[in-house]
Amino acid sequence: MDAIQSAAEQIEQHPDVALVERVRGGDDAAYDTLVHKYERQVFRIAQHITQNREDAEDVMQDAFLKAYQKLDQFQGNSKFYTWLVRIAVNESLMRLRKRRSGKLVSIDEDIETDEGSVQRDLADWAPDPEQNYSQAELAEILRKTIQGLPPGFRIVFVLRDVEGLSTEEAAETLGLSVPAVKSRLLRARLQLRERLSRYFGRKKGHREMGIEK
Amino acid sequence: MNCKQFLTLLDDLIDDSLTAETRADLQQHLGHCGPCEVIFNTTRKTIEIYRSHELYDLPTGLRDRLHAAIMARCKKGC
Repeated sequence: MDAIQSAAEQIEQHPDVALVERVRGGDDAAYDTLVHKYERQVFRIAQHITQNREDAEDVMQDAFLKAYQKLDQFQGNSKFYTWLVRIAVNESLMRLRKRRSGKLVSIDEDIETDEGSVQRDLADWAPDPEQNYSQAELAEILRKTIQGLPPGFRIVFVLRDVEGLSTEEAAETLGLSVPAVKSRLLRARLQLRERLSRYFGRKKGHREMGIEK
Repeated sequence: MNCKQFLTLLDDLIDDSLTAETRADLQQHLGHCGPCEVIFNTTRKTIEIYRSHELYDLPTGLRDRLHAAIMARCKKGC
């Protein structure tokens, strides 16, 4: 019975947990595997928060070094990835504060928005609108558009919709309540949608539509 | 269901986390409300576009350099 239970636990164990255990046992190559696995995500998150390439590079390095140092504190009751993302978010916010000469940077700021903004610009999009742009043009549009979001919205959207964290994981990572994450996510999605409509909307002449209040 | 109620449930509809009953109510609203249908479709498309495009690619050279730095410092006990 114990053998069956132990086998079942082994099957259920996340591969990252096994890698973490190997690192704890002195196998640095296992940490290299973890770095390889998550470096792109950590870099993207750092870039989205700091909006500066040099800072993102530093954050990526610092986050992985800090995670290595703190590996004993990783309990295994949350995913390694979520734990690592939390470190990366904190490092990014610290870097941002430094660059802004100590000015307080918080993901709690800039959350007031005009709900009415949802009601503007309701023209439908062209089918497959991204095909009207080259890959480089499209990437520039997407970068410019997301950079225009308030930081507190941008981080939630990136963690939840781009990096695939659950609402609960995003809340835990950012130290926010689940309702706060949900509220920001909706606003972030709607603001991005509206901003992208400038590029992806059908040509002028399309019937403007209003939304009932 | 009106448009405001629809908007408060939009995320749950996109994330497929609604009961069958609420989902049916939203679908019914979508069936006769053009603006909400546009919002629903284009918001879903917004997420899909951001998910499927790499905005900040990590150049191979940088990756190797950072790897070397991270591994060297880790071996020294950080």
